Amino acid sequence: MISANLLALFYLISGVLFILALRGLSSPETSRQGNLFGIIGMIIAVCVTIVSVGNFSTGFLYLLILLLLGGSIGAFIAFKIPMTAMPELVAGFHSLVGLAAVFVAISAFLNPEIFNLGFPGNIKIVSLIEMSLGAAIGAITFTGSIIAFLKLRGIMSGSPITFTAQHYLNLTLGLILVGLIFYLCKTQFDTWFWTIIVISFLLGVLLIIPIGGADMPVVISMLNSYSGWAAAGIGFTLENTALIITGALVGSSGAILSYIMCKGMNRSFFNVILGGWGATDQSSLSKSKEQKPVKSGNADDAAFLMKNASSVIIVPGYGMAVAQAQHALREMVDVLKKNGVKVTYAIHPVAGRMPGHMNVLLAEANVPYDEVFELEEINNDFANCDVAYVIGANDVTNPVAKTDPQSPIYGMPILDVEKSKSVLFVKRSLSPGYAGIDNDLFYRDNTLMLFSDAKKMTEDIIKSL
Amino acid sequence: MEIDPFIFRFSIFILSIFIGYYVVWSVTPSLHTPLMSVTNAISSVIIVGAIIAALAGKSENVFDTANIFGFLAIILAAVNIFGGFLVTQRMLAMYKKKKKDKK
Repeated sequence: MISANLLALFYLISGVLFILALRGLSSPETSRQGNLFGIIGMIIAVCVTIVSVGNFSTGFLYLLILLLLGGSIGAFIAFKIPMTAMPELVAGFHSLVGLAAVFVAISAFLNPEIFNLGFPGNIKIVSLIEMSLGAAIGAITFTGSIIAFLKLRGIMSGSPITFTAQHYLNLTLGLILVGLIFYLCKTQFDTWFWTIIVISFLLGVLLIIPIGGADMPVVISMLNSYSGWAAAGIGFTLENTALIITGALVGSSGAILSYIMCKGMNRSFFNVILGGWGATDQSSLSKSKEQKPVKSGNADDAAFLMKNASSVIIVPGYGMAVAQAQHALREMVDVLKKNGVKVTYAIHPVAGRMPGHMNVLLAEANVPYDEVFELEEINNDFANCDVAYVIGANDVTNPVAKTDPQSPIYGMPILDVEKSKSVLFVKRSLSPGYAGIDNDLFYRDNTLMLFSDAKKMTEDIIKSL
Repeated sequence: MEIDPFIFRFSIFILSIFIGYYVVWSVTPSLHTPLMSVTNAISSVIIVGAIIAALAGKSENVFDTANIFGFLAIILAAVNIFGGFLVTQRMLAMYKKKKKDKK
């Protein structure tokens, strides 16, 4: 047994180590050390908790077995998962944190004595509010992340599911939750507690189904944030500083990422959360269906253009991830570099299905991170570049965002691909992107469409280089 | 007059939000995916609650309902802790700088 004060100091140390773990991510060089700090923080928190409970009977044996069991499952997943599946992995992990928060809240509710929260039927009001909030947010995180996981994995269609009065239903459920928490505090009646959890599970599903596939970066960040707030809620219940600090860190981290993603699409957070972007634009899609001339080419044309260029900028998007084209892309770039072509990569904040998705894929393909640039850093370079190679990106290059105030993506920051001398656009067809609008760039004189699978086309280009 | 301990915890909470705000803004955008996986791993520190729920208790019987929920939470959090930190490590190991001889 260690004293409560010493315990609190250890938790503080864990909290500080977690802050350092995030701080390390400010640059790739310090990031690995940061991750180590995080691991140490976690080990400290777990060990001092076990010591403080001081129960080394059969229960401790079960704890070790379960820790090992869960740990090996986690480690197995971590080593086996392909980098392209990172978004669904993160969504899946969020759901586990959410469910763990619900379980801890339930056991605190069933057995409040062990946490010094009072007795069953007579739990402190503050603790009741804290644990119901923790359980509710945890439950929303759990089912919401499951839906996000299913959508990202392609098990569930990525298109938004909407029905009439959806938002009113969600609002009503939210109000019911508040009312139930109030009644729970007043009556200590356990039925209310279970109802809170059930409604929150339902609400998690309802909140995420209307959000479409390409808005997933926002959803994942948001669920990341929720899992943090759930942890903080439980931290307040258990009066545990490590959990409160961590919950606050994770909560604000997820909120900032959501904000960055929304800004990358020039949309308000509520606009994304209320969902159904792609679904509303069907009419404008059909009316702009008239035939416009398109120049299309093959791998030889592309190879010729790039070989004779002095600078090439690669613009990757979700299509690259789907086609798993990152390795082929790197090989192509290597060949180009041998020919004295300067190659850089331009990444839009919302490219892919989660924040930083493209960066991880390029890193996996051994692309040095100092050749990869963010939108603001590289956007002016397009004017001086000979060839822009757009692979699997679409809406983020659409000049309509700057020219047409009627367009749903008007005002969204885009990569100024159209300013480069020629644009190579690898795409399967002329079909519009997620926003449901035609890309002007397809019909420009300096654009050459390469109709093919991203990986196959890139490999063909390597051959003809 | 005595201050409720809740207020202290609330102060820690609010200050941590500010720390989180400034620290996360300084994270380079290319590391946003590792940021998500590592925040996921550290939020699994909820395991401390699970450990208390699983092990503490008046009864000798470890299979009290409250304990069982604690044990379940331990498995979930353990998957997350190991999975989260290891996958972050794996990703971060891939970020390499340009070799000096090039350029």
